[in-house]
Amino acid sequence: MSLTGRAAAPTYGAILLRGLLAGLIAGLLSGVFAYSLGEPKVDAAIAIEEANSQAAATPAADGHSHDEEEPLVSRDGQKGGLFLATALYGVVMGGLLATAYTLLRRRLRTSDDSRASLGLAAAAFVGLVLVPFVKYPPNPPAVGDPSTINQRTISYLSILVIGLVAVWAGVLASRSLRAGAPEWLRLVAGLAGFLVVVVIGYVLLPNIDEVSETFPASLLWNFRITSLGTQATLWLSLGIAFTALLSRLGKRRESVASAPEAESVPV
Amino acid sequence: MSKVQAVRPLNVPAVSPRVLWTAAAVVAGLLLLAYLVAFDQGAVSQSGMFLHELMHDGRHLLGVPCH
Repeated sequence: MSLTGRAAAPTYGAILLRGLLAGLIAGLLSGVFAYSLGEPKVDAAIAIEEANSQAAATPAADGHSHDEEEPLVSRDGQKGGLFLATALYGVVMGGLLATAYTLLRRRLRTSDDSRASLGLAAAAFVGLVLVPFVKYPPNPPAVGDPSTINQRTISYLSILVIGLVAVWAGVLASRSLRAGAPEWLRLVAGLAGFLVVVVIGYVLLPNIDEVSETFPASLLWNFRITSLGTQATLWLSLGIAFTALLSRLGKRRESVASAPEAESVPV
Repeated sequence: MSKVQAVRPLNVPAVSPRVLWTAAAVVAGLLLLAYLVAFDQGAVSQSGMFLHELMHDGRHLLGVPCH
């Protein structure tokens, strides 16, 4: 990025780089959350899964029937891979957030850049996490019928799109009011626009409930709450990190623009 | 020339066709990466099921449907 004395707008590349970096940070932080709070639940669910499959396969084995095939990745490997998954996921979301910020910043009706970027992150969290969570709550291992995975994947992708459209509809609805409309009325209109789309989506998409009778309810609940916490950690830290990096970019440009000869600004 | 202003809003680049095309390419790349994490079973990564299995716990805890 060229730092001329003229106050030039930062490039898309500069914003994108900060989004990707913020996403990496957020992904690793949510990985720490998921590792420390989520892995015990995954382990417990896998233990149930293995007990079920052993009971089904060898009802009266000699007590120690090893799996025939060696797993491709050990459980320890999968626990390390958790960080790879959340880091890559965070990088993707950070890049998308930075792109959305670049393309939408001028349309967001606030003069405060921090509010703009935090608002976008909050909107993404509602559309990509909260709306899907209520319709298709996450499931631990041992829950879910493998033969319906394609159907469930398509439904999940549909609810992601519907969640984003719902947030967009809420913004459009709150902006559709006349100029002097009071704030509470805008909130009501926005909520109504959001809820209309969400309800239509919830009704149209198929219900999926593949939890078996015997799976412990408390484990399922704890797993789902931890999964929501993982996503909340990711989006909260992504929003804050991206906003912080952007404001540093703004400050640096400002000081370079106002005092080109001054001592170098800490990067 | 001292500019003692409050925090000046950070400008963003004008949405030129060039920025739009770059953004489209970036989004496509990011979605491919997301596919790799969330859904791929070796078709794209060419690693067999290795990457799929490696990121198994992450998929569950991020709420992506999995087996």
